[in-house]
Amino acid sequence: MRLPEDTRKFLYETGDIARFSMRFFQEAFHPRYEVREFFHQCYVIGYQSLPLVALTAFIMGFVLTMQLRPSLVIYGVESMIPSMVGIAIVREIGPVITALIFAGKIGSSIGAELGSMKVTEQIDAMEVSGTNPFKYLVVTRTMAATLMLPVLIILGDAISLYGSYLGVNIWDTTTLTLFFTQVFEFLTYIDLVPAFTKSFFFGFAVGIIGCYKGYHSEKGTEGVGSSANSAVVVSSVLIFVIDLLAVQISDLF
Amino acid sequence: MANSKQTSDEIVVKINGLNKAFGDHVVLKNFDLELKRGENRVVLGKSGSGKSVLIKCIIGLMEPDSGAIEVLGQNIPDLGHVELDQVRVKIGFLFQSNALYDSMTVRQNLEFPLRRHWMQITQKEVEEMVMEALDNVDLMHTVDMMPSELSGGMRKRIALARTLILKPEIILYDEPTTGLDPITSLEIIELINAIREKYKTTAIIITHDLKCVRLTADLVTMLIEGCNYETATYEALAQSNDPKIRQFFD
Ligand SMILES: Nc1ncnc2c1ncn2[C@@H]1O[C@H](COP(=O)(O)OP(=O)(O)O)[C@@H](O)[C@H]1O
Ligand SMILES: [Mg+2]
Repeated sequence: MRLPEDTRKFLYETGDIARFSMRFFQEAFHPRYEVREFFHQCYVIGYQSLPLVALTAFIMGFVLTMQLRPSLVIYGVESMIPSMVGIAIVREIGPVITALIFAGKIGSSIGAELGSMKVTEQIDAMEVSGTNPFKYLVVTRTMAATLMLPVLIILGDAISLYGSYLGVNIWDTTTLTLFFTQVFEFLTYIDLVPAFTKSFFFGFAVGIIGCYKGYHSEKGTEGVGSSANSAVVVSSVLIFVIDLLAVQISDLF
Repeated sequence: MANSKQTSDEIVVKINGLNKAFGDHVVLKNFDLELKRGENRVVLGKSGSGKSVLIKCIIGLMEPDSGAIEVLGQNIPDLGHVELDQVRVKIGFLFQSNALYDSMTVRQNLEFPLRRHWMQITQKEVEEMVMEALDNVDLMHTVDMMPSELSGGMRKRIALARTLILKPEIILYDEPTTGLDPITSLEIIELINAIREKYKTTAIIITHDLKCVRLTADLVTMLIEGCNYETATYEALAQSNDPKIRQFFD
């Protein structure tokens, strides 16, 4: 039996990405280590995404609070807002929204950058200059994305909760201390662990897919554009798939 | 060992029965080539005939399906990473698309291969070598510019400076004049000849530009249908009656 063309392509690519990720683990833990480039990428990937993450996180927290309020008022439980928003943001919305924003910004820029380096032979030039381009480009970027996204998510969660605090204060008055006490009344460490753990996987997915797409970019400017585009699409879908797996796994405990 | 500074009898590149195909698409078929120290050889072929594939096999960027590629006495397809890097220090490669790192300044572009291959080098030595390489191509004033601020001809010259910085014994030029206007092409051709004079380099120059062939080649190898169809001087080939050769000269 012959599978349809699209299915075959999909399976091929999945296998290819798996091999690419394997290679990442092989190369990442053997010298030489590209420490300088790694820190540079942490700066580029982490620090430069911060404003965007902060803005979206703030709006999310604020809007969520405003949207929840009317229905809670009907049941007279608007005092539950901090706890509800806290759980929603820390467990789900914070990590996923931040990861999606991250995929849009970082996934596409890695895809485009490596893609254009590929088509203009810069990757080949590195190779002949005594540099392993996989280590120099792929390992550093993927590591930086894996480590920076969790940091961004934690900061984003904090900013979201602050946004929510301001949202609450439009109708009621509360203090920051009271607000956060209420948030953590229902939020335990057990809630934080899966959320924090999955954010590493989100970061890894964005980094490795961006690099894979760029590294396998086709010739021409169109090739670069489409690798940037498909880096975002594939890593965004992957974020949801990982999220789905994560909830299944954390349900076991 | 190089016993004289002119073309000597020492063979520095020896390719034997090289085959390379991509799937069903055969690109190189039993390709042979021998290059003496100091010689500048042009490989002439239509676009898509496998010229870039040939020199990428020579520098180990592509792996041939079969055949031997001896460069300075070592068979490239057999080498591991470390040994390959050691041979690559002696081979310069000028990429068709220049391959300048566009996130780096001209200075950083030139420093990259230096710092990568020779880790013990001091800052002062680096600075001197960068300036010497830029002086060779007459572009000292661009040292702090980004590649995107340079014209096509300048970018080609910076790429050439980066190729020269490790003082390679062999230089592989991938279509050095393609995409440049006639005047700039002539400048690049003159530069290739000046480098040859100054550093006594051996070179393989890949091109389909006849002016470049005429001005730089000792011998010309015709790459037709994947093999070394004919190797002769430019004058001899220009007078050939073989229709497959004639099509390049008409
Ligand atoms: N990585 C590759 N994968 C598949 N086909 C390739 C690859 N590189 C080159 N080719 C094919 O090999 C042939 C020769 O390419 P190339 O050496 O770049 O030609 P040129 O002589 O113009 O430099 C072309 O038909 C090209 O399609
Ligand atoms: Mg070519």
